[in-house]
Amino acid sequence: MRLAGDSGDGIQLMGSQFAVSTALSGRDFATFPDYPAEIRAPAGTTFGVSAYQINLGGEPITTAGDAPDVLVAFNPAALKVSLPMLQPGALIVLNNDSFTPRNLTKAGYEEDPREGNTLDQFQVVRADISHLNLEAVRSFGLSKSESGRCKNFWTLGLLLWMFGRELEPIEAWIRRRLAGKPTMRDANIAALHAGHAFGETAELSATLPQLSVEAARMAPGEYRSVTGAEALALGIAAAGELADRPVLFCSYPITPSSPLLHRLTRLQELGVGTFQAEDEIAAICAAIGASYGGMIGVTSSSGPGIALKTEAMGLAVSAELPMLIVNWQRGGPSTGLPTKTEQSDLYQAVYGRNADTPIPVLAAGSSGECFDMAVEGVRIATRHMTPVMLLVDGYLSNASEPWLIPDIESLPRIDSRPVPEVPAGSDAATLAYQRDPASLGRPWITPGMPDLVHRTGGLEKDYLTGHISYDPDNHQRMTEFRAAKVDSVANFIPDQDVELGEDSGAIVVVGWGSTYGPIYQAVRRTGTSFIHLRHIHPLPRNLGTLLGRFDKVLVPEMNNGQLATLLRDKLGIQPVSFCKVSGQPFRISELADRIEAERKGDAS
Amino acid sequence: MSEQLTARDFTTSQEVRWCPGCGDYAILKAVTKALADVGAKPESTVFVSGIGCASRFPYYVETYGFHTIHGRAPAVATGLKLANPDLDVWVVTGDGDGLSIGGNHLLHTLRRNAGLKILLFNNEIYGLTKGQYSPTSRKGTISPSSPAGSIDTPVSPGQFAIGAGAKFFARAIDTDKTGLGDVLQQAHAFDGASFTEIFQNCIVYNEDVFAAFTDRKNAAETQLHLKHGEPMLFGGDGSKGIRFNPDTYSLEVIDATESPGEVLVHDERNAVLARLLIDLQLPVALGVIYRQPAEPFESAFYTHHPTQMRRTRSVAEFIKGPNSWTVE
Repeated sequence: MRLAGDSGDGIQLMGSQFAVSTALSGRDFATFPDYPAEIRAPAGTTFGVSAYQINLGGEPITTAGDAPDVLVAFNPAALKVSLPMLQPGALIVLNNDSFTPRNLTKAGYEEDPREGNTLDQFQVVRADISHLNLEAVRSFGLSKSESGRCKNFWTLGLLLWMFGRELEPIEAWIRRRLAGKPTMRDANIAALHAGHAFGETAELSATLPQLSVEAARMAPGEYRSVTGAEALALGIAAAGELADRPVLFCSYPITPSSPLLHRLTRLQELGVGTFQAEDEIAAICAAIGASYGGMIGVTSSSGPGIALKTEAMGLAVSAELPMLIVNWQRGGPSTGLPTKTEQSDLYQAVYGRNADTPIPVLAAGSSGECFDMAVEGVRIATRHMTPVMLLVDGYLSNASEPWLIPDIESLPRIDSRPVPEVPAGSDAATLAYQRDPASLGRPWITPGMPDLVHRTGGLEKDYLTGHISYDPDNHQRMTEFRAAKVDSVANFIPDQDVELGEDSGAIVVVGWGSTYGPIYQAVRRTGTSFIHLRHIHPLPRNLGTLLGRFDKVLVPEMNNGQLATLLRDKLGIQPVSFCKVSGQPFRISELADRIEAERKGDAS
Repeated sequence: MSEQLTARDFTTSQEVRWCPGCGDYAILKAVTKALADVGAKPESTVFVSGIGCASRFPYYVETYGFHTIHGRAPAVATGLKLANPDLDVWVVTGDGDGLSIGGNHLLHTLRRNAGLKILLFNNEIYGLTKGQYSPTSRKGTISPSSPAGSIDTPVSPGQFAIGAGAKFFARAIDTDKTGLGDVLQQAHAFDGASFTEIFQNCIVYNEDVFAAFTDRKNAAETQLHLKHGEPMLFGGDGSKGIRFNPDTYSLEVIDATESPGEVLVHDERNAVLARLLIDLQLPVALGVIYRQPAEPFESAFYTHHPTQMRRTRSVAEFIKGPNSWTVE
């Protein structure tokens, strides 16, 4: 199902509440928020269309779906943008009131699509949503624009009826959310009920089908609905708890990273502080300062902001300080497509710094996995005393899915090398750089600790004493040490497994990040094999051997072939790239087609 | 039972690598003495710096020290101060580091009033990169990057600070042991962001740029040492004074013996007066020019935090959210 309207219509809110309802009804689902960069883009235009796609069902769901079966279009522009995506025979609910000559012109329709044969292959339900909503909330004495803002809940009421859902959880949510605004609260609840009643009443019951979707067969346990930003925020808080250290999250607002900052400001009781810095550079520098002071420093941004933070990452590498850097990848270059998703910052993460400055890189494959990778990122950062970059595909920030709530108690504690005892007369600086032989992490010595007073910084340090050193042999040694340290991460991570299919054969599809969903389905459909990478740098130790058991390695990516380059570079293999950089996720069908073509050897 | 430490206890074994005769030596001496005088503890004192000649400072002080990247020391120091507000955190920067590449961070650090003791060594030149004109260089400065004279209007560190909302601004001269020592102690005692401009002589690239008022022979006539609540007198025997001219809205020098009633009394809480004093050409105003106590950023950070940054709930209690369900 796809919900589409103007960016001021409250589409994202309506979609996320429908997702909550879906979760509570026990169905599996995946969502894809698709919205413009402008906060309130010109109303009625095709480029101002905000949409929310949700795929729900009884079978396990891993993508937001290829071709929607249901479309709710709030205006002609939303219809025009969404129509080419629909499945033939799909059900379209149109907001009839909005099909005015002016709106049709703005959407670029020369004639009213309701009149011609454009919609012949679909089931169309016309509802005067604007008008019916105004009637429903008339008694509350709201202004015209306030009344109009209840329209999304009216429509949500209709959808809940169509899918046979309970009104109660959504009503409870409205009560909580609008507790301070009793009139708006009551008006929205009235609109919700009116939309639901509209579905139920005789007038349209013949044309308006009730859609029944079976409950999914999911692993037993306790679930919640979670977005990437929510899961990542909880993961960061959990990492702080496991390390028994407070967290300082430092960031500068940028799309689509900001939801993480917003979530974390609400987790203060979990020992998380937030600092909104004056710019991207200050944000990472403050995180470094926090880590230097013994807190877990975390920063987050998107590609352009990460670029600004690059020099400071080098400082953290040089000073051997832990830090988690989250990159919510969006379309580029430059400002690019701020609200559209991409996976094009892999080179930036792995190779994108001056000098030989390696850092470990991780990637989250789904909203829920953001939790696991945040914990893993902080674990690596503190064990090896290094900054770690976590790549997340931008749209996961707001995309929700059902999430099996993890058991925090079962997670291992996060530790760094213990601070040494200080024998009388010893050189404190030397103690500061006595590194663990396996992880090469140094002890996390912080100002305030007596007898360990020393200096550190971005100038090259002597390997043993940490004093400034311009010695050629020492720089060679330090460069090799920094590389070896990051390489040593591979000794602590699990071997790569095969996500789906056999562990040898004609073709294996290798993916990373949010392509997990569509690749999983396409591989299932084609009966091939799927390897999903969570550790991007260093790669799991067995990956080369594993990939060598397949005749062909296909790498679909939402970039111009960056993981394929990495695999060529690190493993010396020759993978086949399948690239898509349209700002939209892969469709299952296009992946399955390509896999089939590669298997037959006739791919163009 | 810690014994009284001396300046020597705050001096590291590192070989100092500033040019012979550099004003930084005098500042280093004054700072290590001030640390001893205020009873600082090496383990809870941190010097954070950026890049430039001034920024080598932390390597030479026997406390914790972090030599970071160009212009960013205030940001690193802010994170450190939030992580551990009990630390005494000093930031050492220069005119290029603090007002050019790092101007943005200085601006925001000052307006937030983060509890950092910021020392800006102003020599009106880029020293470490071999002598280019800096944001405080006077118009017409001849340098390798401005052979025909620089065309930029310089920034006034003091006006910048007051404009940014700084709560403490003081000035001193590198070689003025008494004046600098006193200002460093005041800067240390201030609970919030203290910003101190130190006129520092770059012997190689900008020698004697401040000689008009730093030369000891004329010091009495060219320096106005301010003390809160005391009349603004100078000129050896205090024969000269400063008064406010209401017609020109500026300060001017008068004969203090002739009209002692017109001599202004220093009020360090008056930001308007501070602005006038900062612009005073000769004599040059030194000492604490402006001081207005206000809640430091790190204190607000902890008091506004419902649990003072302590973990009072576990993630396990929080993780379920408002809507969870069980699959059998």
